[in-house]
Amino acid sequence: MLGLAEAVAAWLVDPAHWAGSDGIGARVLQHLALSGTALGISLALALPLGVALGHTGRGAWLAINAANVGRALPSLAILALVLPLVFRLRLGLGFWPTVFMLVPLGAPLILVNAYVAVRAVDRDVVDVARGLGMTGWQVLRRVELPLAAPVIVDGVRNAAVSIVATATLGAIVASGGLGRYIVDGLARLETPRLVAGALLVAVLSMATEWVFGALERLVVPRGVRAQTGA
Amino acid sequence: MGAAALALAACGQTGTSGAGGGAAAKPLVRVGSTNFGEQLIVAELYAQVLEANGYKIERKLNLGNREIVAPALESGQIDMYPEYLATYVTFLTKDTAKASSDAAATHHNLQEALKPKNITVLDYAPAVDVNSFVVTKATADKYKLTKLSDLTPVAGQLVLGAAAECPTRPFCIPGLEKTYTIKFKDFKPLDSGGPLTVAALEAGQIDVALLYSTDAVIAAKGFVMLQDDKKLQLADNIAPVVRNDVLNKAPADFKTLINGISAKLTTEEMTAMNKRAGVDKQDPKDVAAQWLKSKSLLK
Repeated sequence: MLGLAEAVAAWLVDPAHWAGSDGIGARVLQHLALSGTALGISLALALPLGVALGHTGRGAWLAINAANVGRALPSLAILALVLPLVFRLRLGLGFWPTVFMLVPLGAPLILVNAYVAVRAVDRDVVDVARGLGMTGWQVLRRVELPLAAPVIVDGVRNAAVSIVATATLGAIVASGGLGRYIVDGLARLETPRLVAGALLVAVLSMATEWVFGALERLVVPRGVRAQTGA
Repeated sequence: MGAAALALAACGQTGTSGAGGGAAAKPLVRVGSTNFGEQLIVAELYAQVLEANGYKIERKLNLGNREIVAPALESGQIDMYPEYLATYVTFLTKDTAKASSDAAATHHNLQEALKPKNITVLDYAPAVDVNSFVVTKATADKYKLTKLSDLTPVAGQLVLGAAAECPTRPFCIPGLEKTYTIKFKDFKPLDSGGPLTVAALEAGQIDVALLYSTDAVIAAKGFVMLQDDKKLQLADNIAPVVRNDVLNKAPADFKTLINGISAKLTTEEMTAMNKRAGVDKQDPKDVAAQWLKSKSLLK
């Protein structure tokens, strides 16, 4: 066990493993590009829909169940399903199949949290806002969204961490990213490469968790923060 | 010769006295194979020729990988199956020095390794299934590539795509560097001569791909296979391995019939058959029968 830890440490500090197209620097950037693109598309699809559903309270049952089906599908199966499609669209191997796999993983987490967060805003507060003469749009922007923000960002954090951890699977379809070390380490029976890859993914996931956790604290409205602080 | 064998076969089948009925008695032969397309075809070649000449055949095809089929032969659960000289001798002896690009020497070493197991390797075919490096027609024209040594001056501009283990395998990147001083611009890990590698080559994401020499897709897609002019790859010629107890029971025509198949089985012929089965989706049984008829090995 100690031997393996030493071998992994030696692998990680070897300058040869930091340089070039298979270097740790390049692989981390590829991993972030994959995850960032997938998270961006997930946000663009799920956030407006979730907020709109929460605000109007309509069509929620359908959206939430569709989202649950999306979450229940194994990412590996989605990857296998999108691959022929991506071939036909001539989008190339690696990047886009992986992004297409990650969106059904991330989008439902964002959608559900956005819906629940907006829905859960105290109806009395919303009624008061309406009583003050606010339009629906103003209620959403100035009352519902600020109060819902922490829970919405919590959903985004969940999605981001899941996406970063699952992006490793892309290596199976020739994607870059840190999954390469795991898949290639297995193919070559190079345990230090494999374990180092897993460690790097874990570190990147935790960093993602930390960044979005900080963002979550930042978006709590001042009034609410004062209240909970008191 | 063929007519005589057929006449004998006819006698053997009509006689009901069964085994031990003299020189014409032909033993039951259980023909096996491993689990990929080419193996099913070659096993059918053996089975159909033997069948047509009065042998009773039991097919035990598609059993699994070598780790499963080789012990099945040794323990007598099958009597014969098609093998590859260099890979098999390395598998048996765990000694990479036993295999070389010299087919005759590798065949000899394999026979030595098989002797204590009471197994015989018959004649090897000219057909070789090895790592081969292929490029698209456009790349071949652009850089004027026909053989691997043509790659040496231009490899710095090209990307190689192959299975993830290529950087550590002696007949892949290390061999290319040592034998040809080929150093590619980059390496892209894909799959083992499978659909990812083919798709990446077609899409231009890689310039040079590692495929297997008898893979039908090479011809089907019009890829150009670069000749191994400095003999990096080993002699992985196709050869049947047979249990000695069957060879001893069988009349002399057994060897003649099987060696007659191997003599005509070239890499081009094998590739064409793989295409018919793998790309055109014909039954390996029909593909084998057609080829045997075209070579007058079967009526």
